[in-house]
Amino acid sequence: MTRRRRLRSLFAALAIAALPLSGPASADTTLLNVSYDPTRELYKAIDAAFAADWKAKTGETVTIEQSHGGSGAQARAVIDGLPADVVTLGLEADIDAIADKTKKIPADWKKRLPNDSAPYTSTIVFLVRKGNPKGIKDWDDLVKPGVQVVTANPKTSGGARWNYLAAWGYANAKFGGDQAKVKDFVTNLYRNVPVLDSGARGSTTTFAQRGIGDVLIAWENEAFLALNELGADKFAMVVPSISIKAVPPVAVVDGNVDERGTRKVAEAYLQFLYSDAGQKIIARSFYRPANPKAADPADLQRFPSLQLVSIDDPEFGGWAKVQPMHFADGGVFDQIYRPSN
Amino acid sequence: MQSRAAPAWKRPSIIPGFGLTLGFTLTYLGLIVLIPLGGLILRSSALGFSGFWALATDPRTLAALKVSFGLSFIAAAINAVFGLIAAWVLVRYRFPGQKLLDAFIDLPFALPTAVAGIALTAIYAPNGWLGQYLEPLGLKIAYTPNGILVALIFIGLPFIVRTLQPVMEDLDVETEEAAATLGARRRHTMFRVILPALLPALLTGFALALARAVGEYGSVIFIAGNMPYVSEIAPLLIVMKLQEFNYAAATVIATVMLAISFVLLLVINLLQAWSRKRLGHV
Amino acid sequence: MSDATLSTTSFVAARPPRVTTEAFWVRAIMIGITLVFLSVFVLLPLATVFVEALRGGISAYFSALAERETFLAIELTLLVAATSVPANLVFGLAASWAIAKFEFRGKSFLITLIDLPFSVSPVTSGLIYVILFGAQGYFGHFLKSAGVQIIFAVPGIVLATMFVTFPFVARELIPIMQEQGKRDEEAALSLGASGLRTFFRVTLPNVKWALLYGVLLCNARAMGEFGAVSVVSGHIRGHTNTMPLQVEILYNDYNYAGAFAVASLLALLALITLGLKSLLQWRFAGELAANRRH
Repeated sequence: MTRRRRLRSLFAALAIAALPLSGPASADTTLLNVSYDPTRELYKAIDAAFAADWKAKTGETVTIEQSHGGSGAQARAVIDGLPADVVTLGLEADIDAIADKTKKIPADWKKRLPNDSAPYTSTIVFLVRKGNPKGIKDWDDLVKPGVQVVTANPKTSGGARWNYLAAWGYANAKFGGDQAKVKDFVTNLYRNVPVLDSGARGSTTTFAQRGIGDVLIAWENEAFLALNELGADKFAMVVPSISIKAVPPVAVVDGNVDERGTRKVAEAYLQFLYSDAGQKIIARSFYRPANPKAADPADLQRFPSLQLVSIDDPEFGGWAKVQPMHFADGGVFDQIYRPSN
Repeated sequence: MQSRAAPAWKRPSIIPGFGLTLGFTLTYLGLIVLIPLGGLILRSSALGFSGFWALATDPRTLAALKVSFGLSFIAAAINAVFGLIAAWVLVRYRFPGQKLLDAFIDLPFALPTAVAGIALTAIYAPNGWLGQYLEPLGLKIAYTPNGILVALIFIGLPFIVRTLQPVMEDLDVETEEAAATLGARRRHTMFRVILPALLPALLTGFALALARAVGEYGSVIFIAGNMPYVSEIAPLLIVMKLQEFNYAAATVIATVMLAISFVLLLVINLLQAWSRKRLGHV
Repeated sequence: MSDATLSTTSFVAARPPRVTTEAFWVRAIMIGITLVFLSVFVLLPLATVFVEALRGGISAYFSALAERETFLAIELTLLVAATSVPANLVFGLAASWAIAKFEFRGKSFLITLIDLPFSVSPVTSGLIYVILFGAQGYFGHFLKSAGVQIIFAVPGIVLATMFVTFPFVARELIPIMQEQGKRDEEAALSLGASGLRTFFRVTLPNVKWALLYGVLLCNARAMGEFGAVSVVSGHIRGHTNTMPLQVEILYNDYNYAGAFAVASLLALLALITLGLKSLLQWRFAGELAANRRH
């Protein structure tokens, strides 16, 4: 008799324990921000500041959940059903893909926020080991035999695509638009790549921690962060002669926020990025703010000045042209990249 | 007395609940295991034989399979040697702390793979506990195939030891005594009498360790360099393909690994049947 | 087996006969090899986890664990274990009842099928559910229109965990129940007990230690599973990260102290599992399958 009762109460306890309690127990709002790989530290700071700001303004508690990964992989995840309220990805083509495939974002999403929906921009630089033993100064050094270059996989990473395009931009300027020579240059560069990580952070880890490679092609903000977190005594940043203006935009995922009723908070969240407080945090986190006036001058001084090409330059023609031509299946990257045996 | 006839393939019994339990078992098995695995097979077969073959024989895939299998084989072999010694020591000898050590043999079995991964990396990285001494000697472990080997040795160890121990315990001392009375020296007895008796269990443990190592993911990816053709294991390649949303390639690699695992499973079962016949137990 | 004269050597309880043991130096070397090998490959990693976790001090350790995302990861891990372990427990009982108490054709085939998840790589274990329930999967469309999220959400994690821990309980119960046979049950039934009563009053008590052992192993694996969960999870911080995934995330965030702090909790769980496992084996060796298998 007692054993049966004991068993019954045990099963009852297990059943109760099995009740879904996914996510935070409170009934307050949560937002899911699906972002690209290197922005972990940036959004940690932003989320805390926004939550405080929102609480002060409305008295509501909002919790922001983050997901990070290669920009392309994240976009595909959202297409596959990852319930993002906002996407803060590495390049506009990935957000366009979400808009296109799921219709959850209107096609004119870019115009809804200032600066083509980019509250911050960045660029591409090199990170080398202290002392720069291989003497890396510019893109030409990356194609030399015996130099190992670390970069991420353009199929999954946004930063990796900017890296590729920066190299392309340099070669284009060097060879005066001769597409065959440009393609050769980029091919030789990728021949020096031993491993492709799925995201920018992954390739930083490979270079900085696993000690693989002589030079890392990285987001400028990622290079700064590596110097900060992993030791300025171990690495050095090298600024190439030509780089690309990398524009990582943000957008509200209308389909999801309307379903979840979080539109107001989501829009306020993105607006916060443009606010003075947000821009300050952005600059402090090594991202180039859209509105430099709002940032701390000391933070701005750290950014090197470089000659920048843009995705809208004639050799590229904008993401609408670049993404299918270079990065789709069978595109130029697939033709170029044959992992060396 | 039961009035309903039992199915032809089942012996009649007075115990109730066969239909219920077997039905539940088969349903649960089907839903959780068989249908998902079937989906995998279905998805790969949708590619057609030539499509499947093209993806399966892609150089990078073959390289990853070679890395996975080659290193698993070596790790299992190393475990076979040291595991044999360890099992013998734990069964036959007496020394302080023995029971405690014996309990720890199961640690690789109980410890989550991600924990093992970061711990091993911390030890063998160039600035790690052991790595800092080994690197200057030229022995690079972390981020090279050696690191993968270390991780696979870690996770395979309990399979060998735990398979050998019961067999060793059941060894008949009289056989050894007989060998001694016939004039065999101890070494002779060990290699000619004991070892052959342990061989089936040793091979079974080897195969189990091999099967486990081939599919291992968590403990390897932290310490491996993950460089294609060099230190990229097959499970990692599956994850990379998935992240590129190349479901076709991921499915094919997974199916190939599954097929090879089944072969290994078959070998294990045959070994166990053989040893049962030979020694009366597994 | 022991000599007539008791040895006075301190750590040897009874000196075994000389002809069936190796020379002292051989034994010493073999013990030495074993100690070195096990220390390096088993004990050192365990120690590393705790040392690295406490490197920043005790307060840093506890604040790392109290971080919101980590706390939620712990919660999710417990939830996943609380759903998959009982499910596999019920399955294990049902399967071993059907297999051990009845004779039917295809029994060994069924046992082989039950053992299948053991031979599947963890990554594949997650992949099969993505193929079924992912947006590009066979049921993707249907799930989307029903508004049900399996992949990138908790149900997917639970499913993948149920798959990898599937055989644990059954594997422990089946040999024991087979060995115990059906006599007790038949006796109870002939005395008028109902099927359920027989099960709870006769069968369960007979296998309680094997059951506990199986649940222990099942739970350890459920809480520690990495590969399978990594594939289906979506890595949403604070939402679909279990403790092992959280370890990876913290590690990639350069937060080594945090990563090892969470890892130490899992290592602690492993030690508790080991302890209970050994306890059960020492005291109830006769009632466990572990000593029969392999």
